[in-house]
Amino acid sequence: MLEVRDLEVAFGQIAPLCGVSFALEKGETLGIVGESGSGKSLTAMSVMGLLPLSGGRITAGSIIFDGQELTKLPEAAYRKLRGGRLGLITQNPMTSLDPLQKIGPQVDAVARLHLGITGQQARARTIEILGTLRIPEPALICDRYPHQMSGGMKQRIVIAGALAADPDLLVADEPTTALDVTVQAQIIRLLDDLVKERALSLVLITHDMSVVAQTCDRVVVMYAGRAIEQGPVEAIFAEPQHPYTQALIGCIPKGLSEDEHLVGIPGTVPTVMNYPKGCPFHPRCIRAEDICTKTSPSLLPRVDGAVACHFPGAAP
Amino acid sequence: MLLRYIFFRALMLIPVSISISVVIFLIVHLLPGDPIDNLIRVGSSTEDRKTLVLKYGLDQPLAVQYFRWIGAIFQGDFGEAIVLRRPVADLIAQNLPYSLRLGGAAFAFSSIAGITLGTISATTRSAIVEIIMRGFILLGSTVPGFWLALLMILFFAVQLQWFPVSGAKGWSSLVLPVLTIGFGGVALVARVTRVALLDVRREDFVTLLHAKGLPSRTILFRHLMPHAMLPVVTILALRIGWILGGAVTVEFVFGRPGLGSLLIRAIGQRDYPVVQGCLLMLALAVMLGTLIGDVAQAAMDPRIRETKK
Repeated sequence: MLEVRDLEVAFGQIAPLCGVSFALEKGETLGIVGESGSGKSLTAMSVMGLLPLSGGRITAGSIIFDGQELTKLPEAAYRKLRGGRLGLITQNPMTSLDPLQKIGPQVDAVARLHLGITGQQARARTIEILGTLRIPEPALICDRYPHQMSGGMKQRIVIAGALAADPDLLVADEPTTALDVTVQAQIIRLLDDLVKERALSLVLITHDMSVVAQTCDRVVVMYAGRAIEQGPVEAIFAEPQHPYTQALIGCIPKGLSEDEHLVGIPGTVPTVMNYPKGCPFHPRCIRAEDICTKTSPSLLPRVDGAVACHFPGAAP
Repeated sequence: MLLRYIFFRALMLIPVSISISVVIFLIVHLLPGDPIDNLIRVGSSTEDRKTLVLKYGLDQPLAVQYFRWIGAIFQGDFGEAIVLRRPVADLIAQNLPYSLRLGGAAFAFSSIAGITLGTISATTRSAIVEIIMRGFILLGSTVPGFWLALLMILFFAVQLQWFPVSGAKGWSSLVLPVLTIGFGGVALVARVTRVALLDVRREDFVTLLHAKGLPSRTILFRHLMPHAMLPVVTILALRIGWILGGAVTVEFVFGRPGLGSLLIRAIGQRDYPVVQGCLLMLALAVMLGTLIGDVAQAAMDPRIRETKK
């Protein structure tokens, strides 16, 4: 369905993303995890073809969607895919809807544009989709303005907009980060149900490993603009090979026991301006040796996946 | 909802008008100088002076003078000009149409041209257009009106003789003053439009609109422009009053009658009733302008409509 190979992105001279590869089958959920600044959102924007909006461009690699090479697709054709076959859900529902327009028309626009249906039909469709997203009184909601809705409701409306033209692939860029914890669970469950009911493919970008464990089939771990480990969720969680993946899994809170302290990863993610030489993770890595500071590790195969580390293996 | 908003917003004008009328009255009366000096022939007796002072009620306490003035205004009587010896209402009625014509044309010119130029400069990717626009905006916001007026007269009226040098006869005499006043307005409106457009373009919902596959043109006209117009409407509304009274120097250079010139002349002669009448008209224009601006914003933005005042 979607295959990203050796993706490289540049803003002017700066290359915040390099060598990102992953693949996703129909009906699968792929999780992309990593700390802030690891290039997760850039990957999403690359797939949506929206990098030019922020001044970036794809400098190498390929994105193949349903047999079609997207990196060389003309803008007009890309526009048909966006909203039509590719849906995007953004991070902050508070700012993701046009505050000056009613909810109804904002969702209608997608079906009108991509399915060629007219006002009345589009509205009927909108009401139906809002209903399936468990929004109470969908017909009334259409005449409301975004500021009259709660965050969770707004995010459902954003999802409705992404679903309005029956896309094949949904890209959700941290869809729950800006929401209350209780609402987060609802939205995640909703997305999970949608994937199952509609045979959707979902790229779920998050920094929450527990969300990945619950919902994803495959997972890509990103660090400093690189995909450092990937594979099926069970394999990654059972036998993480990369020290960073191990550290991330170690950070998941395990319960309320008194002697369990919350664990963090020492140090911070390097910014684009000062990616370290060699393996980008070496300054924070407990396993780092000389070679890690000099050469960047290449991708090694692991169980149905890959890992980029000079010393992969189970945690000592 | 909108009607409710308009009603409460209009109610707020009452206390504002009262305080403005008090301030106008006080400013004028606390100015040094005496209108009788301008009125009386040199060498007239103190008796003559006294009759005039009595006639215009200048001997009364300020409070009494104020309430007499306000009371008369409610009956449509703005008093009589002390120096020009004509009803102030007549003087204003005579000058107002010129100000309205000039102000209206300049307003229309600066909004239409300003919004267009601002939009072009925010959406273009051409570096040359960008540089020209920036230069124009910088010039427009800094070049003083009277100097520009003189340049225009020199070039278009004296050299090319396309338009009359001065006066207020016919539409051709309107062109140069409108261009002069409008130049600054165009630059201001263009700058605000440009900045507002560039600001909204960075919002998340715009990314999402692109992600829905909407064409850039649709996004610009249906979503970006309404947002960009919010600050532009505020600026334009504030200019309504300014354009009516602030055109003084331009009226002066082009020898046009108008509220501005009337006011300046009246101040020079300490003609209290005229000064008060003109100021009141201008204050009214500013108040109406802000009212129109606020109502327009409320009509455009549902979030403003719902704020209870």
